[in-house]
Amino acid sequence: MGLVLLVVIWLITLIGSYFIIAKTWWLPVGASAAAAGIDHHFTVSYILMGGVFILAQLALGWFAWKYRDRGAASQVAAHYSHGNTKLEVVWTILTVILFVGLNLASEPIWSSERLHGASPGAVQVEVTAMQFAWYFRYAGPDGKFGATKPELEDASLGGAGALGLDSNDPASKDDVISGIMVVPVNREIEVILRSHDVIHSFFVPAMRFKQDAVPGLAIHMHFTPIQTGDYEIACAELCGLGHYKMHGIVKVVSDQEFSQWLAAREAEKQ
Amino acid sequence: MAGGTGGREAITMVSHDAHAHAAPQGFIRKYIFSLDHKVIGLQYFFLALVAVFTGMFLSLLMRIHLVWPNASIPLLGEIKPETYLSLLTMHGTIMVFFVLTTAPQGGFGNYFLPIQIGAPDIAFPVLNMLSFWTTFLGFVVLVAAFFVTGGAPLHGWTGYAPLSALPSAGPGEGLGADLWIISIAIFCIGALMGALNFITTTLDMRAKGMTLMRMPLTCWAWFITAILGLLAFGVLLSAGILLLMDRNLGTSFFVPLGTVNGVLTGHKGGSPLLWQHLFWFFGHPEVYIAILPAMGLCSQLLSVFSRKPIFGYKAMVYAIMAIGFLGFMVWGHHMFMSGMSPYSALAFSIMTMGIGVPSAIKTFNWLGTLWRGRIRFSSPMLFAIGFVSLFVVGGISGPFLAQPVLDIYLHETYFVIAHFHLIMGVASIFGIFAATYYWFPKMFGRMMNETLAKTHFWLTFVGAYAIFMPMHYYGMAAGLRRYSQGTEVAWINALAPIQKFISIAAFITIAGQFIFLINLFWSMKKGEKAADNPWEATTLEWTTATPPPHDNFGGVTPVVYTGPYEYSVPGAPKDYVMQTDAPVTAKH
Amino acid sequence: MASFSTTATLDQPQVSRGNEGGAPPIFGGGDDGRSGPGLPDYSTRLRRARLGLLVALTPVLMLFVSFTSAYVVRQGLPTWDPRTNQLVRDWIPVKLPALLLVNTAVLLISSVGMELARRQTKSAALAAIAKPASNTSVTVEGETPWLAMTVVLGLLFLYGQWMAWKQLAASGFYVSTTPSSSFVYLLTGAHAVHLMGGIVALLSAGMFTLLHRSLMRRSIVVDVAGWYWHFMAALWVYILLLLEFAR
Repeated sequence: MGLVLLVVIWLITLIGSYFIIAKTWWLPVGASAAAAGIDHHFTVSYILMGGVFILAQLALGWFAWKYRDRGAASQVAAHYSHGNTKLEVVWTILTVILFVGLNLASEPIWSSERLHGASPGAVQVEVTAMQFAWYFRYAGPDGKFGATKPELEDASLGGAGALGLDSNDPASKDDVISGIMVVPVNREIEVILRSHDVIHSFFVPAMRFKQDAVPGLAIHMHFTPIQTGDYEIACAELCGLGHYKMHGIVKVVSDQEFSQWLAAREAEKQ
Repeated sequence: MAGGTGGREAITMVSHDAHAHAAPQGFIRKYIFSLDHKVIGLQYFFLALVAVFTGMFLSLLMRIHLVWPNASIPLLGEIKPETYLSLLTMHGTIMVFFVLTTAPQGGFGNYFLPIQIGAPDIAFPVLNMLSFWTTFLGFVVLVAAFFVTGGAPLHGWTGYAPLSALPSAGPGEGLGADLWIISIAIFCIGALMGALNFITTTLDMRAKGMTLMRMPLTCWAWFITAILGLLAFGVLLSAGILLLMDRNLGTSFFVPLGTVNGVLTGHKGGSPLLWQHLFWFFGHPEVYIAILPAMGLCSQLLSVFSRKPIFGYKAMVYAIMAIGFLGFMVWGHHMFMSGMSPYSALAFSIMTMGIGVPSAIKTFNWLGTLWRGRIRFSSPMLFAIGFVSLFVVGGISGPFLAQPVLDIYLHETYFVIAHFHLIMGVASIFGIFAATYYWFPKMFGRMMNETLAKTHFWLTFVGAYAIFMPMHYYGMAAGLRRYSQGTEVAWINALAPIQKFISIAAFITIAGQFIFLINLFWSMKKGEKAADNPWEATTLEWTTATPPPHDNFGGVTPVVYTGPYEYSVPGAPKDYVMQTDAPVTAKH
Repeated sequence: MASFSTTATLDQPQVSRGNEGGAPPIFGGGDDGRSGPGLPDYSTRLRRARLGLLVALTPVLMLFVSFTSAYVVRQGLPTWDPRTNQLVRDWIPVKLPALLLVNTAVLLISSVGMELARRQTKSAALAAIAKPASNTSVTVEGETPWLAMTVVLGLLFLYGQWMAWKQLAASGFYVSTTPSSSFVYLLTGAHAVHLMGGIVALLSAGMFTLLHRSLMRRSIVVDVAGWYWHFMAALWVYILLLLEFAR
């Protein structure tokens, strides 16, 4: 039985680890400036924690077999010992160093992503979540987002109606509202996350970007796309029966294309 | 002891605390409203058994729906997306509360804590009886949510507001959600009553010689778990009250200004994050409540079946205390993406890495217990070894999630589901299985069938890995949780083969649990008769008759001379020294 | 042993009743009243009950700590107003009815009465232990009805709270009017519910007298209820101070 335990535990460990090492199912290629650092930290974490995992499981299987009761054949009794305090202290300290060290190593990335706000020249996009769609708003030439009023919301009117845009506010006249998020590559994008009803979450795996959109708050975050292309957005916080189909698209385009697109949308409003 | 007849009854049957000697008469007193902690323990156990099969059935439906969304289930029809969400909400709630908080603590803790410390009963037997029936009522109210208009809620076991606070936000969020909250509130009260009893019993009713540092680690685990419950359930109750007020009295604790489908909700100014803080302040200690008793039992079993003292008893005790204490300081790690201050995230993150340390120490000590032992592979031991393996794999994904930078990506993916299922949904369950196989002889006087037990072990051990290991990969590829279907998002749709594999593994593993059920009930009647100490273990429950008499020790107060792990003591006549035997060498 | 069907009229050692060595002594049986063949003695039961109360008060405290935390957070928290694209606060302090001060006085006086009741029952119980020969039932003759007085004052407090609620409503503050008013009703209501529990405990102690249950048991119930009562009084003072000064 000890041998069976060893074989099964070792097999599970090795097969399980294989799919991680081979990256059979893995993160998509990173398309944001933060991706490289985050992915590197994933690798470091897997090597360190994976190493611990493999060692612990292999040891477990090994001990289960090696220290099996061999019956009357063996006169060796179990080793009577209540432990080894020195060993306890040593492996406690090592564990603390490993865990805390790993965590501290990730702090610089967290700091740059979250402790510092967007830089002044960032492209601002307001992302509004509601059951079950995403809307994106650009402030237009005046750089200000117009006021919205919950009482004015009417999703059947599309864009401005869905957001409840207050047309009496002068700042709202040049706001561009879109069902697709278009952003220029290699520019910092400042997203301002809002929600009308319940908590949603804006998640773009390729950008290594996720943030909850909380009603009652306007949350400012930023990321910098470095690769053009179309990237899917999925809602990452349970928001009701349509949660699974609340998806959208981020189109990362060249700076020029972005300006053209924005200008065209502005023109439509005239 | 209940001497005298007829007219003398009035004298000898004195105050109601006299349960210590006279056993109850009559079916109702003996089995329904019993005051005997052993019967109450069994009542909790069987409640948890019903709950776990209910919860498992719900997950079966979920697994079918994920792979075959248009399948029609007999009697239930097609599972709609919102039904899927109700299933997962109720699955989580039933499993966390009525299985993982009920069986290890209310079930085995009630039965064996008093005996293992040498007490004739729990401190407050009437309260104990009430705590069971309160918990039972909570279960009934919860299940009732399925049957009311709108059905069961769909907001997940975590019940985030405003989704859980707005009846218009989804099907099931009306009366079903109210019943869900009320059920949890009732559960809180039952759990608090139980915690009160465990703490008072442990502090005040230990037998002579049973110092705190001679208590088995199971008792330490039950004791610390009760303290956690005592501090945490009041906070959950408060959150539930505030949520009920928001839903029914128009207050705005959690709900800000907003609309649902363009219709103003009538609330304003509330904070959804406030719910999360209150919920997780409870929710994090709750997961330690779910795992600590299993850890205590694992320590016990590894020692018994390796014929060796537990490696580092004191360290194990301090580790349990550290886990309990730190467990109250890490709740924010569930909220890294919530909009909470990123500075708070840093603090919670460091504390969370900290709590990994005592867990690691325990794992090293378990390995240290096996080292140079003489291992006997009885079924309780298989589950204990399985527990260590599952605790390692479940625990190792923790440090990934604890780092906010990685959590940005992993939050809400199946990586999280893999993590907590391996720890709670498998390792902790293995603790319950191990406890059943281990203590069955003492509770029912018979042995369970070893062949069926070993079959059950292998099926479940391999099956659990087959189900939950792939979820890590699914999560690394950004597969999101609580999605009733993966078809709408291209990258998730591409992962469908993994879901299929998991579902098939789940069907087989679920089927395997019926082997356990059959073994359990068959052995109660037909199992081989058990000796008083079939495992040759040292703790007090094995010194008494099988099953134990009403006052646990047949009128004899045990006196304790040694610690609970004196196995293979050099010079001792047998390879174990009962706690009530005079010590072989002057230790402790 | 069934707890619902006892027919005992007293709870004294039975030495003079011709006990044929069958029943164990009731008091002092077992070294420290732990798991011996006898019952735990009075001091053990009292200690255990008090320990139980101390433990039970912890979650009650946690409930109110949690409410306080929600109070502080909600009070300080700004919310996003999309109409103005700004963060705003919506906390409006509530003017508390002066009646609450009267109720507070009533509760504090009842606490005094409670303490007197507690000591009275305790010394009666200890006296009964010291003189076991008494065969009669347990009403302590000539005692001042402190317990009844406490119950009456407790009920008066609850009535006063109800009146205060009506005054609040009359001045326009209902439970959902503002977040601050929600908390006023929440905190006072939760306290009232817990105080009601204390009254039920005192009433059951009173029932014990009528049903001729043991004086020892009665004194333990009154002792535990007494400490609970004082805790409720202190909790009330805390709530009042929070609502008044942390407005």
